[in-house]
Amino acid sequence: MDNRTVFEASVSGRQAVMPSPLDVPAVELPEHLRRSTDLALPELSELDVVRHFTRLSRKNFGVDSHFYPLGSCTMKYNPKVAEVTASHPGFASLHPQLLSCESYLRSCQGALRLVFEMEELLAEVGGMEAGCTQPMAGAHGELAGVLLIAAYHRDKGNTGRDTILVPDSAHGTNPASAAIAGFKVREVASTPSGVVDFDAFKACLGEDVAGVMLTCPNTHGLFEPHVAEMAALAHEAGALMYYDGANLNAIVGRARPGELGFDVMHYNLHKSFATPHGMGGPGSGAIAVNARLAPYLPGPRVIRSGDRYTLTRPEKSIGRMAPFFGNFLVVVRAYTYLRALGGEGLKEVSRLAALNANYVLHRLKERFPSAYEGLCMHECLLTAEKMEKEQGVSALDIAKALLDRGFHAPTVYFPLTVKEGLMIEPTETESRETLDAFCEAMMDIARLAEEDPDALHRAPENLPVGRLDEVKAARLLDCADLPDKD
Amino acid sequence: MDWTPATQKEQQDMLSELGLASTDAFFEAIPASLRMKDWKVPPEGMSEQELRTHLAVLAEANTPAPVSFLGGGYYDHYIPAAVDALAGRSEFFTAYTPYQPECAQGTLQAIYEYQSAVCRLADMECANASLYDGGTAVYEAAAMACRITRRNRVIVHASLHPVWKEMLETHAAGSVLQVETGDVPVEGSACLIVQNPSFIGDVRDFSDLAEECHAQGCLLVVAFNPVSLGILKTPGAMGADIAVAEGQSLGLPLGFGGPYLGILTARKSHIRKMPGRIAAATTDDRDRRGFVLTLQAREQHIRREKALSNICSNQALCALRALIHLCLLGKAGFEATAQACYAKTEYLKKQMNFLPLLNTHPTFNEFAVRLPKPATEVIEALQPRGFLPGIPLEPFGWEPGDLLIAVTEKRVRAELDAFAAAMKECCHG
Repeated sequence: MDNRTVFEASVSGRQAVMPSPLDVPAVELPEHLRRSTDLALPELSELDVVRHFTRLSRKNFGVDSHFYPLGSCTMKYNPKVAEVTASHPGFASLHPQLLSCESYLRSCQGALRLVFEMEELLAEVGGMEAGCTQPMAGAHGELAGVLLIAAYHRDKGNTGRDTILVPDSAHGTNPASAAIAGFKVREVASTPSGVVDFDAFKACLGEDVAGVMLTCPNTHGLFEPHVAEMAALAHEAGALMYYDGANLNAIVGRARPGELGFDVMHYNLHKSFATPHGMGGPGSGAIAVNARLAPYLPGPRVIRSGDRYTLTRPEKSIGRMAPFFGNFLVVVRAYTYLRALGGEGLKEVSRLAALNANYVLHRLKERFPSAYEGLCMHECLLTAEKMEKEQGVSALDIAKALLDRGFHAPTVYFPLTVKEGLMIEPTETESRETLDAFCEAMMDIARLAEEDPDALHRAPENLPVGRLDEVKAARLLDCADLPDKD
Repeated sequence: MDWTPATQKEQQDMLSELGLASTDAFFEAIPASLRMKDWKVPPEGMSEQELRTHLAVLAEANTPAPVSFLGGGYYDHYIPAAVDALAGRSEFFTAYTPYQPECAQGTLQAIYEYQSAVCRLADMECANASLYDGGTAVYEAAAMACRITRRNRVIVHASLHPVWKEMLETHAAGSVLQVETGDVPVEGSACLIVQNPSFIGDVRDFSDLAEECHAQGCLLVVAFNPVSLGILKTPGAMGADIAVAEGQSLGLPLGFGGPYLGILTARKSHIRKMPGRIAAATTDDRDRRGFVLTLQAREQHIRREKALSNICSNQALCALRALIHLCLLGKAGFEATAQACYAKTEYLKKQMNFLPLLNTHPTFNEFAVRLPKPATEVIEALQPRGFLPGIPLEPFGWEPGDLLIAVTEKRVRAELDAFAAAMKECCHG
């Protein structure tokens, strides 16, 4: 197999696509402003390029080709119809600078209406007052949220609130986002049963706390039993509540963060609302807020005035998170999905996601014990701690052995609170046959762990590469193929 | 419609295996008092055909005039057909972050090649796997400069895109970064951020300014237009320490504002202070070349509140598009594209020489003129004639008659002639 990079495959003088011939006089830029170095881009034919990237694509697992039970990431099927709607030239070719003057707004009314309706829909799903599509990823939504909390306290003259509470089971983005916004982070411990320690939480509250960031169900897949009390106590103590929407898909149509007591939240449109993950992005981290925080939202915002859509800027806006309305074409895809399902369809999604997760949990728990007792919601968290101790087979070995069997691995070693964790989120779009095949592969691995654990340490053996040397990568730091490199 | 395969019978069978009567059991953890009563989400879904019709109605309610001179950081360039064909392969767009490198070598090699390509373009030495867009790249560069220099004054040059400056201020609110305006490095400044070509298209050589910065222990951050580097002196050649860009013009559709691509490149000595994912080459257990994510200890999933950045999801698919675009145009096509943008802009400038130019330097693919009447009036008059004349500059602090006009290789001579004639008639008719 040809494993060359595009630079190694380059042949001097070869070319693919050229711009149209110049139909105006050629002119020369003044010499001192001109590029003085070689433009060392690849020189390839179109077929060279097509073969190269087709070959690369075949080295990937995607949802369309493989079951992808990556816990916390919600790798559900991405409907093709959303690709069609988002690639309509009326959206895809629309220049965002049409927002630069009132007169142009007449020619982008359809896009403005979509943003307006989407923000309304999101607010309704979250039980909030107003939505905002600007943040471009979940972590970006978190940052927007904590910046809103900071702006609120500043505006109210609440000084000394320099701390955000974050459970120890939270995604790393929570403390990182709080820190970027200038807050100190105070970690709240979890109980052995996997939920926030309510007494520890109470002890963490104080006059220095600006806000609390919670994921619910949390990263252990468990609904926080004290969520409403925590919100009430936080508010009483003068702090605001942030809902991390990473697991919103578990409760859509059953409970709404706004009604649980949260003031601001983000949605991962690429998780909950089925937009493709694109090898790590683009996603969308749209946010929504209650009435208390609405005056601080990023601007500009779309408003409806009669039958026209126009722009406004909230009075105390924190500014801009994005140059326009965020990852608009991702928003179009999520809007397509939401309208396809409707309210009743959305309720089915959370119901069937939980059924699939509990089915997998039930089938596997004998060999891969659940980290927590009882039923789960949209994902289950298993542990290979015993297998690691007794047979020397780790969560990593299991992950690699699954790859060999044609399944993407679950999320491993997250959350950090569970040893040898395997977090499995099958999603509602997978069929029972797929779940059965996955469970059988897991059981086969459990059998091998007893009979031939070395076979698992060697995995994967059926993929383009085996286990990769990460230490060597960090030592060599070969992060770019540059022309002067030998 | 929905995309859930479980039939009623399958659901019943699965529930029986679980020993449950109903799926309600999974939601018992939600206290009854907290359960949703009602919402105003329209209960009914839509069929696939209804969806396409509904979305087409919205899309077709966008009716911009066809001949566009809109730019301001986001440009209408030709995108080769193979970009969509290849980036549209679902093995790319339905994959996730390469947490398991053995089943994501396509992704990882593509990121490595993307990093290489943008470094080659800008004459820089390392790059991350992508940021959200140009504005957030400017913010991340400023934060990175503060980490490197252990200083916190960030000086923003007048050439920087005003919206990116606003995004920088929004993102930096509350942090130690102090954003100020200025044209030269000052005492204790971490970085000076310039843009080339400037927001209104001015092309300059910032080499002297780079030296001035370095003499004061300050970094020079250059925001560049990727297409311009087909012919313009590069940030690396000028002595930039960090170079960032909005990557939209590399094969990404305008898409009413996104998804776009934040490009961040730097000197290799700064790689450990660089935010975001980084792919690196290594070998596997059988000594075959492969690629992994490296230096992950800088990132949020390990470092939490001490991480260099909170970025997790990025714009990987957009970076792939940029890479494919660069490969298809290649060395010759990319340079020819930049030449065409420059020549056509010069041609239009000449045809419109009846208007005073605001630029004080040569320009690349964009220039600003002062109209004898408010720009909004001219925009109103020229749209029915098929033109989107440009961006009014008044909201950014210029005069009401000031207009920013962008020209890409897609504009043909007849369109440029017709636009200049219509403009003349409108301004002097």
